[in-house]
Amino acid sequence: MSTVTGRGYAHPEMLVSTDWVAAHLNDPTIRFVESNEDPVLYASQHIPGAVEVDWTTDLNHPLRRDYLGKTGFEALMSRIGATPDTLLVFYGDKNNWWATYAFWVFQLFGHRHARIMNGGRFKWEKEGRPMTRERPEYPRTAYVAPERDDEAIRAFREQVLQHVQSHRPLVDVRSPDEYTGRRLHMENYPNEGALRGGHIPGAKNVPWARAVDPENGTFRSADELRAIYEQEQGLQPGDDVIVYCRIGERSSHTWFVLKYLLGYEHVRNYDGSWTEWGNLVNVPIERE
Amino acid sequence: MPDYPPKLQELLDDFSFITTREERADYLIDIAERFQPVPDRIATRPYPPECKVNFCESEAYVWVEPLPDGALKFYFAVENPQGVSAKAMAVILDETLSGAPLSQVAQVPPEIVLQIFGREISMGKGQGLMGMVSAVQNAAKQHLAKP
Repeated sequence: MSTVTGRGYAHPEMLVSTDWVAAHLNDPTIRFVESNEDPVLYASQHIPGAVEVDWTTDLNHPLRRDYLGKTGFEALMSRIGATPDTLLVFYGDKNNWWATYAFWVFQLFGHRHARIMNGGRFKWEKEGRPMTRERPEYPRTAYVAPERDDEAIRAFREQVLQHVQSHRPLVDVRSPDEYTGRRLHMENYPNEGALRGGHIPGAKNVPWARAVDPENGTFRSADELRAIYEQEQGLQPGDDVIVYCRIGERSSHTWFVLKYLLGYEHVRNYDGSWTEWGNLVNVPIERE
Repeated sequence: MPDYPPKLQELLDDFSFITTREERADYLIDIAERFQPVPDRIATRPYPPECKVNFCESEAYVWVEPLPDGALKFYFAVENPQGVSAKAMAVILDETLSGAPLSQVAQVPPEIVLQIFGREISMGKGQGLMGMVSAVQNAAKQHLAKP
């Protein structure tokens, strides 16, 4: 069975398979974009013709805790040789965790011609498909981006607080130990830690990787996903949902699952996540 | 200035001259290509959980072998085929700390990971690599503590 069609997804057009990518490697209207956690992986080898977008150096604001702005995004798109009509196909390590993060940031600028390669780098490599160390160079483009629009898919702390007070659903995609507060922060990284452990009141705990088949890195079928998010956790497609994790990267994966694979129209990613909420003064927290 | 083993200090000096992300990645890949998995005479699969590095998602394992002069030789396994960074770290730890005075190895801080991989490294990845340094550091401390 295809890893994309026949899986019951609400928007199967947002995914492409590794077969599809292999058949379109030389299509000049497509740009393959690798985005990883491991900073060395792309340079070691990647899909021929793929460019790298790095979450720290390319997507983050250089000074504030925020994402790049309009000018920065235009420069990024120019660097990777993309126009508004270029179809961007994202893939990466860790079951596309960082690929969906990059995809989400690109959606803040409304680049709708974007897809995720189902199975990510793991599946591509497992299938023995071609890889190269050669970094491609594309002619720079003059990309004109709109101003970043955070309204539809990004949540800020005040909105999260209102969400909690109105008892609307949240999904905490961190590990159970982080969710319960048994684990406060990562050793040696106090800058990304939190002063308090636990979760945002009312949040359901669904670790992000449950949406993935560990055998091949692909997303689980819509029926399997509904069993997790709807039968088990009680979410409904009409819900207004906020997802979060530690800094908003893992939760971008769940955002993609809910929005495109299950067709939830109102899903926002709270990128402040636990590193903000767990340090805020006088906000409610639940433990266990 | 910490009193690092000379080979480690040389390597950190090399990294201090790197100015671009691409240059750093290429240098680390060249290092990772020298990775030699633990020989069978030291360990065979399934590897014992007590040798597994804490927090390392690349499933890294560490073993030590005492050398005649009292120093240690370090061996590694990296089970994740995508674990390029972990392999580079293993090579660095072996090439710069195997055979070095244990008193110096015991003082090598996990934060050297940030000098080698850059401060932009993600928390998860950095934590795993620091776990490898901690494992080597702890092995040195344990051998120093032996009567």
